[in-house]
Amino acid sequence: MSFKGNGKFVAGFTVIVLALGYLAFSGYEESKAYYRTVAEVKVLPDDERHLRLKVNGNVEEGSIRFVGDGVDFLLIGDDQSLPVEYRGSDPVPDTFRDGSEAIVTGNIRDDGVFEAKKIQAKCASKYEATYDSEAHTITTVEEADTY
Amino acid sequence: MLELGGVSLITLLPVAFFGVVASFLGGATKRMSWVRAGERSLAYAAFLVTLAVAVLVIQFFRNDFTNSYVANHSNAALPLFYKATALWAGQEGSLLFWNWLLSVYGIAVLLVHRNRNRDLMPYVTGILLVSVAFFTVLNVFIANPFRPLVIEQASNQVLFTPGDGLGLNPLLQHPVMAIHPPTLYLGFVGFAIPFAFAMAALLARSPGARWIRLTRRWTLLAWFFLTTGVLLGARWAYVELGWGGYWAWDPVENASLMPWLTGTAYLHSVMIQERKGMLKVWNITLVAATYFLCLFGTFLTRSGVVNSVHAFAQSPIGAYFIAFIVSGVFLTVVLVRSRREYLKSEATFDSMISRESTFLFNNLILLAACFAVLWGTIFPVISEAVRGEKISVGPPFFNKVNVPIGLFLLFLTGAGPLLAWRKTSFAGLRRNFTIPVAAAVVLTAALLISGVRNGYAVVCFALGVFVVAGILIEFSRGTRTRMRQTGETLFRALGGLVWRNNRRYGGYVVHLGVVLLFAGIAGSAFNKDVRGEVGEGETLSIGDFAVRVESIEEGATPNYEFERADVSLLHDGEVIRALRPERRFYLASEQPSSEVEIYSTLREDIYVVFASRGPAGGAVIQIYHNPLVKWIWIGAIVLTFGTIVSFLPGGGRKRHP
Repeated sequence: MSFKGNGKFVAGFTVIVLALGYLAFSGYEESKAYYRTVAEVKVLPDDERHLRLKVNGNVEEGSIRFVGDGVDFLLIGDDQSLPVEYRGSDPVPDTFRDGSEAIVTGNIRDDGVFEAKKIQAKCASKYEATYDSEAHTITTVEEADTY
Repeated sequence: MLELGGVSLITLLPVAFFGVVASFLGGATKRMSWVRAGERSLAYAAFLVTLAVAVLVIQFFRNDFTNSYVANHSNAALPLFYKATALWAGQEGSLLFWNWLLSVYGIAVLLVHRNRNRDLMPYVTGILLVSVAFFTVLNVFIANPFRPLVIEQASNQVLFTPGDGLGLNPLLQHPVMAIHPPTLYLGFVGFAIPFAFAMAALLARSPGARWIRLTRRWTLLAWFFLTTGVLLGARWAYVELGWGGYWAWDPVENASLMPWLTGTAYLHSVMIQERKGMLKVWNITLVAATYFLCLFGTFLTRSGVVNSVHAFAQSPIGAYFIAFIVSGVFLTVVLVRSRREYLKSEATFDSMISRESTFLFNNLILLAACFAVLWGTIFPVISEAVRGEKISVGPPFFNKVNVPIGLFLLFLTGAGPLLAWRKTSFAGLRRNFTIPVAAAVVLTAALLISGVRNGYAVVCFALGVFVVAGILIEFSRGTRTRMRQTGETLFRALGGLVWRNNRRYGGYVVHLGVVLLFAGIAGSAFNKDVRGEVGEGETLSIGDFAVRVESIEEGATPNYEFERADVSLLHDGEVIRALRPERRFYLASEQPSSEVEIYSTLREDIYVVFASRGPAGGAVIQIYHNPLVKWIWIGAIVLTFGTIVSFLPGGGRKRHP
């Protein structure tokens, strides 16, 4: 592009880019979430306890309890389990059920319970599944939501 | 059957590679024998992909579960319609489908252009075949849709044909989902054509805006499909996903938005090159960026790199896409640099207050939005690579950046058409801006007096009125001038005006659609929701509305079992509608799925979800009160109509080939 003798365009662009940069930074600060494993959350250092976390694991079979307008369950990862309380504003996704892979976003409380504001779930037999040996049961091939 | 599909894909491989070589040789040597060989390769390629697609569809129809792709994405009881759409339900089929659309587009381009643009066409054919070859490589080596179903038995791999398939993901069993992916793909694939022409023009040293004029309608077609695809995706999310919203800044959604942003910038900036011979490098950059973002979008949705917690390792397809995109970008840059003497600007910008400068700001801001969306989408990958710490950003990041960008765009949408090319005088400003600005001021005052306090929403409505007023002035001025000149009646003059300048006035109709769409989005500033367990005969209220659960039913179809809440929707205590939100359990895929019910008016949507059964045996009902959502879909229809008007041949200028 050519701006011959026209600093006004450059000035205008600079103002816009700076303003957007500022907005982007404040949006980032407000919404950033750190990925942690269940094991890492279990021994989270004190200076990370205030962070918003994203934890991935599997929902333990039979642990789902619907309470009032939320749901409690155990998230299994690295052979450890993390108690989770979900009280978010949206209904739990259809894909959330026993054994499904879930990502919870929220904060760890001092009593060790994870307070989830958001649940994303991927069903065990969903999206990309394959047949397994004699039992003809279904196992999952790791695959993102492919819809 | 399986072999036929597999063989057609393997045969496609040498055909596509030979076609690439033949086409580029034809372009460089201008030998007709090479040119024709390249064209024939594209035709054979189209035939072979069509054959492969036909085989796969037939296998779906015949419940041929020897094919692992069919077994994994269908089942015998699946309705026939969804068996056809299961073609693109997984990675292998989607890539095949992409390739098929690309080759069909390729044939259409050949038929339309090959006799009149002999210098460009061999290169166009070659470039399209490069993409065909790439997708064929993926289909043959990584994601083959014609693999037999093999299971492990006593540590031996044996063929296995199950009695029934695993079924189609219930989320995909929705009419909108049947047309959303093909529409989006038609948009993604369609941008291959202007990209191919841009590169061909560089390779053939064809100066000026010829490639832009040749591809104007192809671009519009691709943009039309991409826009419709994005909006259908939003519609599908709204009616099917059951969380009361239509856009979540999910990587898959962002993947479709990014090429839309650069594509929209391109649609505007080409007008400057056509009119003033400026921004030549910029336009090539935009069209290339758009096509590469389309490929990147396909990569994002197909590789799961961002959504996945297992990062890169999980699908080898990612490496192929990255390699293809990176080498494509590199070659494009080399080519543009080597042809820079053809790309010199023929004019300069004169004034800030001109049509050109609004286009320039429009471009800048669309690109800024695209960059922000890209950054936010791949941030987990970047932060992991740079800092060893995987960090994601959420909707607040995207909204904070994009809402002001959207409003500024809306302002430009209104101001651009009211400004003259080159330079606008003060008198011109006053003449054109008085009424739109007054309309915006009056609406702002009215909204503030009636107690609306959301700043962004007020600005959005005010700017909306500003744009609409400007458009109406344009239409009425043009019509009156024509009535004076030709003595036609009002409607004849209006029709004639639009017909003779369909590109311009179709564009205004698109702008009108965008305003309605923005108004619908602004309504989300006033969304409310409530959730609670409701027993039979009990009610749950939200504002003036309430839902009374009359009964909870259970039942089954061959495809799924269901629980249904028969509820009455009340407004100010009066029953206005019976709604039946459902929870389904799909038998083949063992998937639950919520079927929401929406009471939709121009004013607001009442969106009712049967979330679960409560501890006391009642239905846990969630109600969303979403004002103005319907205007998004109305805006989408207006926008579609406007695009069609601009696309038509029109009567104004001579038709280009």
